Amino acid sequence: MSGARPGNPGHHAALALGDDALILAQRLGEWSGHAPELEEEVALANIALDLLGQARALLSLCGDEDELAFRREERAFRNVQLVERPNGDFAHTIARQLYFSTWQELLYGRLAGGTGPIAALAAKAVKECAYHRDHAEQWTLRLGDGTEESHRRMQAALDALWRYTGELWQPVEGLDVDWDALESAWRAGVTGVVTRATLGVPEGPQSSPWAAGAGRQGVHTEPFGRLLAEMQHLHRSHPGASW
Amino acid sequence: MSARPAHPTGAAAREAELRALAGSVPDPELPQVSLAELGVLRTVRATGPDRVEVELTPTYTGCPAIETMAEDVVRVLRERGGVAEVAVRTVLAPPWSTDDITAEGRRKLAEAGIAPPRPGRGADGPVPLELGIRCPNCGSADTALLSRFSSTACKALRRCASCREPFDHFKEL
Repeated sequence: MSGARPGNPGHHAALALGDDALILAQRLGEWSGHAPELEEEVALANIALDLLGQARALLSLCGDEDELAFRREERAFRNVQLVERPNGDFAHTIARQLYFSTWQELLYGRLAGGTGPIAALAAKAVKECAYHRDHAEQWTLRLGDGTEESHRRMQAALDALWRYTGELWQPVEGLDVDWDALESAWRAGVTGVVTRATLGVPEGPQSSPWAAGAGRQGVHTEPFGRLLAEMQHLHRSHPGASW
Repeated sequence: MSARPAHPTGAAAREAELRALAGSVPDPELPQVSLAELGVLRTVRATGPDRVEVELTPTYTGCPAIETMAEDVVRVLRERGGVAEVAVRTVLAPPWSTDDITAEGRRKLAEAGIAPPRPGRGADGPVPLELGIRCPNCGSADTALLSRFSSTACKALRRCASCREPFDHFKEL
């Protein structure tokens, strides 16, 4: 695949989007055995599986998928910080899903019209993203417009993750996208759901002065190291292990 | 045209035979349905007297069954097709859709207790409304969604209000 050698824009884009999908898949996989109900456990695992499939396709454009997933150091990952944020309570997981899947569906929808391997993957994956976004919307409505406690927690989760959303508009080299229009569409989509859920759209900054907004440059938040340790330790301890 | 092989008819017949063989492989997770009926077998091309190239497309990007499908296709083409060298490639474009499932495939899904997908969802269409999905056991239209995600990525879990049985629905993609 000639468009994805290290250093060129195609490689950069595939790595960024591949890392987003890989890291969020890993986070969602952490719910296995812990989700609030069986159906939800299956749902989160299915979403994780979709994302893992996207990650494999995208990282394979950049090199050996296992090598990239299991042998890179923290600073070499290019995912947005939003996807590495810990699962928190269920509301935090749903808020992360709402912010990310709304963005991903809009972005892939735009990329699907292009040419090349990333466009092909986007055209395929955008249909899956629609289900992920729908899942996050249904839960946002249910929790926001639910009990006093679920409302409070859902609002707290939306607020806590808000400052990681600014990074989603940072242009990714190699992707021909109108990022301002993407941001407007995302804001309209999220505002619609949050309002219907009787919740408030957070008003704070969408980045923080210290690190938020730097995942694409390889700067990650503190919990990311522990995520990588768990994800990579088997491969590093037993290279080439299979079953 | 003059550059075509000397026996085009024979080659085409051979390809059709191999295609039928590969297409007859059952889906590893839905063994009632073949790969041809599921619409995931894209091309079967004889590239030499003893070499065949096969293109498969996954239902969902992360579908883990695709690797088993590839192994099964290789095995059947070797053992029953007598082909020494089989190369299987996974292609994503154009994206698979539930509209690619044949009428026969739909019938078999329903027979196996899985409500088939409703036809005609465009690539850019919204997540479909949950109306009009009939219970594969008793035929009642009075069914409700339990979860959008079920035993595999391609199915949703529903329950019939008439016969009270839960069932899988192959959701539209």
